[in-house]
Amino acid sequence: MTMAGQTRGAAPRDEHLTDSVLHARADARAQGGQTSPWMPYLPASSSPFCPPGVDPATLIWAETVAPGGYTHKVIAAGTRLRFDDPTGDACAHLLVYNAAEPVERLNVADTQKIPWQAYLGAGHPLLSGDGRVLATITADSSGHHDAFCGTSTDAFNLHKYGDARPEGPAPSGRGLFVKAAAKHGLSRRDLPPSVSYFQGVRVGADGALEWLGSAGAGTHVELVAELALLVLVANVAHPLDPRPDYVVGPLRVHAWRGAPTGPGDERFAATPELHRAYLNTVDYREARGQ
Amino acid sequence: MTNPDPISTGPAIAAGPWEALGGTRSYPTVAGGSVRSSVPVGAAYAPGSPLDWAESLVAGTVVLDERVAPNAPWSAVVRTGQVLTIVDVGGNQSADCLLYSAADPEERYSVPDTLAWQGNAYVRTGTVLRSSEGRPMATVVANEIDRQDTIGGACSKESNTLRYGHHVMFHHGCRENFLAEASRHGLGVRDLVSNLNWFMNVPVEADGALGIVDGLSAPGKRVAFRAEMDVLVIVSNCPQMNNPCNDFNPTPLRMIIVETA
Repeated sequence: MTMAGQTRGAAPRDEHLTDSVLHARADARAQGGQTSPWMPYLPASSSPFCPPGVDPATLIWAETVAPGGYTHKVIAAGTRLRFDDPTGDACAHLLVYNAAEPVERLNVADTQKIPWQAYLGAGHPLLSGDGRVLATITADSSGHHDAFCGTSTDAFNLHKYGDARPEGPAPSGRGLFVKAAAKHGLSRRDLPPSVSYFQGVRVGADGALEWLGSAGAGTHVELVAELALLVLVANVAHPLDPRPDYVVGPLRVHAWRGAPTGPGDERFAATPELHRAYLNTVDYREARGQ
Repeated sequence: MTNPDPISTGPAIAAGPWEALGGTRSYPTVAGGSVRSSVPVGAAYAPGSPLDWAESLVAGTVVLDERVAPNAPWSAVVRTGQVLTIVDVGGNQSADCLLYSAADPEERYSVPDTLAWQGNAYVRTGTVLRSSEGRPMATVVANEIDRQDTIGGACSKESNTLRYGHHVMFHHGCRENFLAEASRHGLGVRDLVSNLNWFMNVPVEADGALGIVDGLSAPGKRVAFRAEMDVLVIVSNCPQMNNPCNDFNPTPLRMIIVETA
């Protein structure tokens, strides 16, 4: 197994015979079959990191997102979505949209206000501005998350690191979200505040935002999509990360088929607010035939 | 300020059986008359509510001075260097507020950028209100209450169904005001993001518990911010009648823009 990008002693120019179309084609095709530490796994069932207890045959998304990388996908209602932080340094910035009507999107204010709880954890809904649940956190072994600080901007990363280019050493989360959104016909207008997983923030008595940081290596968060969703993920350093260096680890993403939250689930009526939010969501899904 | 105060004694939401019975009530109109209507119009302040219209919090030449009726939206462009004072005329009246770059409305107010840059969850004097690109849009230059909110977001017909029940779906909400006012500037639902809530009180407790509680404001209390770029300011004079953000008594706002010396 050869790692892409690994130095093998020769300059890249000297490794390729590409002086004709046939040679170039042969050279390009010879590159297939390699692996890298960060890549999508296709078919998803071939993932080397299938989450425990999940039948690999049910996987519909398997990927390791590079530090400073991003990913995006449209997933069906009921899909289970799991993020793993294998090193303790991942930071999964997340935006979700109703895939059928992307003007319905994550609303962080409602996500904090309606559950009467600012900190994300198991059972917490990701609410849209339309009174529906886009996704629910179903499992969380980290507990270190943030819904206050959003993601980084170019201005912030230029200020802190001296660079923010999406192709550079200190990409901003917004810069990556802009590209991910553009691939679904969305623009800067469509990027509301986001949430992030695996690097925690807490609010002090005077309102000070205190860095909690990581819960350590090997934690995960699992969600269920309550509607067909467009998911955008940027894996970038948290804006409050106190380290002067830009440090972020790889992020694993897996998704598999499942069912959205229904009346048979305990969380469906866990609180009056959640109950009505799920009722609204089921009502919408049924009307659309989802 | 000589303009009359046209909407001072509206009926309270769900206050009477006339709704169910299809009856009508008399409402003052914008045109200055009155109309009998069976529409369950939201509440406005009770007769006798103390009002203090105050004046600009910052000295300067007044370039705009307007009253915002209870429940209504408002917008204006505040030019770079100008200062907008918002007067909480009746006390504890939430003024939900969004900012857009007048030159490029794709750049708009950002709660997380504002909070992350200052490292604090509350808005006070000196807070720089930042855009989605992290740039300063405005700076809070004076503030007469302990802290201002930017976590609690805006109410909506839809979120009201979650918080209070489907029986309040017919109530007016700030998202409705934002949509109506934004549409006057070529903006729409894609452009609505998390907002400021002047004069609203949303504490975050040690365990993360968060919610709208009784306000810290009073009649005549003010906040003022200076525009750091030409900003389109859109305000919803919050019509909420199901939580204490308006002290269950929606009152007017006064908006004063001054050009400082």
